[in-house]
Amino acid sequence: MGKYLLERLGLAVLTLVLLSMIVFVAGQVLPGNPGRAILGHFASQSAVAALNRQLGLDKPLPVQYWDWISRFAQGNLGRSYQYSAPVSQFLWPALGRSLELAVVAFVIVVPLSILGGVTAALNRGKAIDRIISIAGLSLATVPEFVSGIVLIVIFAIELEWLPVDAQSQGSFFTVLPSLILPAIALVFVLFGYIARMARAGTVEALDSDYVRTATLKGLPRRTVVFRHVLRNSLLPTITVIATQTGYLIGGLVVIETLFNYQGIGRLIYDAALSKDFPMLEAGILVIGVVYLLATLIADVLYTVLNPRLRLQGAE
Amino acid sequence: MATTEADDLRSGGVLDASSKRLRREQLRLLVRSRTFKAGAAILLVWIVCAVFGGLFRPYNPLAQNLLNINQPPSARHLFGTDNLGRDVLSRVIIGSRDILVIAPLATVLGTVLGTVLGLLQGFYRGAVDAITGRVVEAFLALPVVIVAFLFIVAVGPSEASLIIVIGFAFGLVISRTVRTAVLQERELDYVAAARLRGEGAVHTMFVEVLPNILAPIIVEFTVRLGYAIFAVATLSFLGFGVRPPTPDWGADIAANAQYLAAGYWWETLFSALAIASLITGINLIGDSIESVIIQ
Amino acid sequence: MTLALPAETSPTPQDRHTLEVDHLDVAYTVRGNDRLTLRDISFRIGQQESFGLVGESGCGKSTTVQAITRYLPRNGRVTAGSITMGGRDVMSMGPEGLRRLRAREVSVVYQEPGRALNPSMRIGRQVAEVFEIMGSPRKEAMERAGHALRTVQIADPGRVIRAYPHQLSGGMLQRVVIAMAIAVEPSLLVLDEPTTALDATVEAEVLDLVSGLREQFNTAVLFISHNLAVIAKMCDRVGVMYAGEIVEQGAAQEVFDDPRHPYTVGLLRCVPRRGHRKDHDRLDSIPGFLPSPGEVPTGCVFATRCALADDRCRSETPAMEDVGGARASRCFKHEEAPALPRATPADVAMRSGRTSSEPVIRVEHVSKTYSARGESVRALVDVNLELYPGETLGVVGESGCGKTTLARVLLGLTAPDEGSVVEISGQRVAPTAARRGRDELRLLQIVFQNPDAALNRRHSVRHIVGRTLTKLAGLDGEEREERLIDIVRSVRMEPRHLPMRPAQLSGGLKQRVAIARAFAGQPAVLVCDEPTSALDVSVQAAILNLLVDLQSREQVTYVFISHDLGVVRYLSDRIAVLYLGRIMEYGPAESVFAGPHHPYTEALLSAVPTLDGTGRERIRLEGDIPSPADPPSGCVFHTRCPRRLADGTCETVEPPLREVEPGKVMRCHLPLDELGRLEEQGASSRSSDDRGHEVGPHAVDHDVEVVGGLDP
Repeated sequence: MGKYLLERLGLAVLTLVLLSMIVFVAGQVLPGNPGRAILGHFASQSAVAALNRQLGLDKPLPVQYWDWISRFAQGNLGRSYQYSAPVSQFLWPALGRSLELAVVAFVIVVPLSILGGVTAALNRGKAIDRIISIAGLSLATVPEFVSGIVLIVIFAIELEWLPVDAQSQGSFFTVLPSLILPAIALVFVLFGYIARMARAGTVEALDSDYVRTATLKGLPRRTVVFRHVLRNSLLPTITVIATQTGYLIGGLVVIETLFNYQGIGRLIYDAALSKDFPMLEAGILVIGVVYLLATLIADVLYTVLNPRLRLQGAE
Repeated sequence: MATTEADDLRSGGVLDASSKRLRREQLRLLVRSRTFKAGAAILLVWIVCAVFGGLFRPYNPLAQNLLNINQPPSARHLFGTDNLGRDVLSRVIIGSRDILVIAPLATVLGTVLGTVLGLLQGFYRGAVDAITGRVVEAFLALPVVIVAFLFIVAVGPSEASLIIVIGFAFGLVISRTVRTAVLQERELDYVAAARLRGEGAVHTMFVEVLPNILAPIIVEFTVRLGYAIFAVATLSFLGFGVRPPTPDWGADIAANAQYLAAGYWWETLFSALAIASLITGINLIGDSIESVIIQ
Repeated sequence: MTLALPAETSPTPQDRHTLEVDHLDVAYTVRGNDRLTLRDISFRIGQQESFGLVGESGCGKSTTVQAITRYLPRNGRVTAGSITMGGRDVMSMGPEGLRRLRAREVSVVYQEPGRALNPSMRIGRQVAEVFEIMGSPRKEAMERAGHALRTVQIADPGRVIRAYPHQLSGGMLQRVVIAMAIAVEPSLLVLDEPTTALDATVEAEVLDLVSGLREQFNTAVLFISHNLAVIAKMCDRVGVMYAGEIVEQGAAQEVFDDPRHPYTVGLLRCVPRRGHRKDHDRLDSIPGFLPSPGEVPTGCVFATRCALADDRCRSETPAMEDVGGARASRCFKHEEAPALPRATPADVAMRSGRTSSEPVIRVEHVSKTYSARGESVRALVDVNLELYPGETLGVVGESGCGKTTLARVLLGLTAPDEGSVVEISGQRVAPTAARRGRDELRLLQIVFQNPDAALNRRHSVRHIVGRTLTKLAGLDGEEREERLIDIVRSVRMEPRHLPMRPAQLSGGLKQRVAIARAFAGQPAVLVCDEPTSALDVSVQAAILNLLVDLQSREQVTYVFISHDLGVVRYLSDRIAVLYLGRIMEYGPAESVFAGPHHPYTEALLSAVPTLDGTGRERIRLEGDIPSPADPPSGCVFHTRCPRRLADGTCETVEPPLREVEPGKVMRCHLPLDELGRLEEQGASSRSSDDRGHEVGPHAVDHDVEVVGGLDP
């Protein structure tokens, strides 16, 4: 098992390196002329050239990449063009706020979607199954900004239960009420997918030979479901949930913009609008790291919970 | 010798399903399914709007009327007017145009790219698979919207860059599905049989294996088409897609979202419903295709 | 109009029956239509009696089990008839009654032990559950679980209790499942193909175990199998099923010795028996095809395939008729049944034997080592073979013996280790198919086990065979078309089959297409890798006949790989017995079957159940087949060998292959006169080592050593 996890960690690091290359190419190479981008249209040609030299842009690409990535590795995320201040000053607080929102969304969606998926599977073919499946599918297809708008219209404007904007300042519990609407918009997108996977896993387990064995042993239905079905069907769902963090972050960009919440999605969005490449690159790399960490944790969990993998080589 | 056997073969052994009949049967099942009908109807409405919308839109979607702004739905303006006094209904009708060009093109690009990439990965495995697999993995560590962001900002927003960026990102996703299917297929003995008659790699990939993995590719295509609409609308909403004043659902929602608090819900809601209905329609079609071809 | 079933004559008193099934009909709902899958099934099982249901695939035997345990698929339901267990009506039970019935009265053992246990729970816990249901507290249940495992002769219950299913072998898992089944001493034990997924030597052990437990616990048994010999060995009475009906019923030995339904007669004639050989006997076959599922023919279900059928058979449905001696047959002409005319003429026109003194294929020092994750698996170790034109080499062995690897190496699908030599007609061929030229490819072809996988399902028969003609025979245009039709006819198919795709053809026809493809390039050597294992016995017979005809006409050499000794013996001129990648014994077929045998060959031969039941003393092997990744020291067979030398030689020194008779080699330390000779002992009984009275597909491919990922 240890060997497997080490291998898995190695792969994650490799992926991260590749990811950084992609971000480097997109952020540093494709846009062409950062000097011009920083100084604007009216700067003189020589000033632009001087700045480019100062930024090291006259060096060969591999050297530029090495300089760039080693700076990152040392924790220096660079200086924002738009604020003329260190990126880290904005990035870390924004990440923290996004994680708060993500936690609220996950706390709502994980139990709800697993419950939904399992309920649908146990009532396969019946009306409740169709309802859950179709509802999940429909919700997952609606972009967050659409469902977000509908939520705002109903709960913030018509009913006035919750605020239109999400508060960015204050302790977790004081901002919590304002996070509920954006979290629900995220939940809508995630629910269908997780529920679908939970349903598929449960259906597979229900049809398995070992569940047949358990049933024909004369075990009560409840025991069969909890001990034999769920134990096997929910394991793969862990991995699914982890991969959803990626989509969740994608959704954050939209939701944070719509609800005016100062998270990392909003930060990247603003950076992109103002072509603040250092901010954009750092933000995207951080998102990549968060995603890779989430999948890594899920893999470790999966390995620990699955006797097949856990005991590999231990015999 | 053994004439009896041959005689019997004449009478039986052939199952009741010619390939044409099977395909016709599948098509019949598909067309008859309620899900497909509903999805097709929705899609058809939007295609008609995109192609012929110019003929029946009530007003010029670009015509501003500053004396008539933020009007709620009425008999004259069924969906009301926006903050520049433009007719929302007309904008919703014409707003279907760009998205219905960009999303399908991006999906086609992605499907072709993903199929070729997946075939190569699954077929050569080894180093090719390991290297491309890692790169794909790295891309997929980022949400499509963010990848799109990064590249569109880098190369500048335009219809073409939307298509290329979304198509490329989807190609990577689709390549995973195709690769898995190829890995399953290549273990089957018919691939070994092809090797044993000296077929080259290209023939084996495209003539032997590809026809057998069309079903998951078709399903993947329809699923991705839904996501492509999603992505194009989102990017437009964020200002990286279709630019104002061209009517576009995502961009219009972004432009009018600020007036929601004032209670002008019609300016955003109808575009939002348009997006939701289009995606739902495509998903219904995809779902019914999936249930027919993958049994 | 259906007669009451004749009274049982089993040795035990039959006042009360453990199970009574009366006029049972089961239907599946497919796309809104009811398909009648079981019709008028009636049988009884007395206390302590064992009853067998036997039939080809699709006959409904497993559906019967599902109906009895009320575990039908969601679209299946009982539409008529009754099931009574211990005097209680099973069909009318509520959920709680049903649960109690399953907990106490009836236990089921299925085919795939690897899937029958929960992969994420320890074995001990799963066995203990059975006792917890009966009210034992958890700790006591655990203790009883250990005891239960000892009952099924698991030597090391402590280890097994703590293990997860994936850590145990198939044979061991099936013992665990049997332990759970028998633990509560049910009144009925249902075994649904319990040994089909197991190797022959392991199967023999499990069958012995079941017989022993039956005596110990006095349990009634319902045994389902496609294998006639297994049923003959395990059951007092038998019901033969065909297309959803029981067509014949009676004491097992009588039914097999003197069948009274044309289907049973035909089925028994399809089986290669001892003494039958390709050069002087032809197998019979059952003409025609099984009716498609749900199709209810007017008249007798078997009439379309029956040479005795007349107008009455085709218009009137026969009921079970008492044919005397406590037997019943669902046939109007049961008296004539034994005289059923053959469907295939018995005489053979064979050009037999070796026609050339030059070997057509020579295999020298062929080894194959797979390596993965630092472990290396020696799948083949120094294999040497020589075959002449028109000969058949039978390759036999169990899981992990390397027989499939041998096939792949010969064909170049897997590259052998350095130093391995494969020569065709004196010419050394390249190690991989990719580097072989057209002629090298053409001369060596294969018929795979499973035609569904071997034929591209998107291509027509014309494309499949025609493309091979283009690539290997270099034909095109009219010439190709002519040859295409020739070949298709030579496998007894018609030009009208050419535009069809595999999905439109039955299993037997698909395998014919695969054979046509293999012959398209006029090969010198054809590897047949279990070509009939996926087929029912009646289809198998026709395919074997076809292979024999083609061989005699084309003088092609076969390398015939099979786990089925009966088939191998019928076809082969030479036999190679493989164990853990090594040739254990290799020589002329008669000599290998006559003995003296290598101890492993002896065990294989004696493991096989016989139809007449007059078993000789059986040699039982201890334990499971070792993993090829970690083979035993010395002689690889010593861990299971009943004859291993007391002085420890076998444990330390690997015996060389030595010539024991002209042309026959053996890998064993024992002197020849200490080895067993099964044929002599059994020579007086008619068919003491019949193997392979199998009437259904062997559902699982035993060979597991070829893992795709290992293939470079």
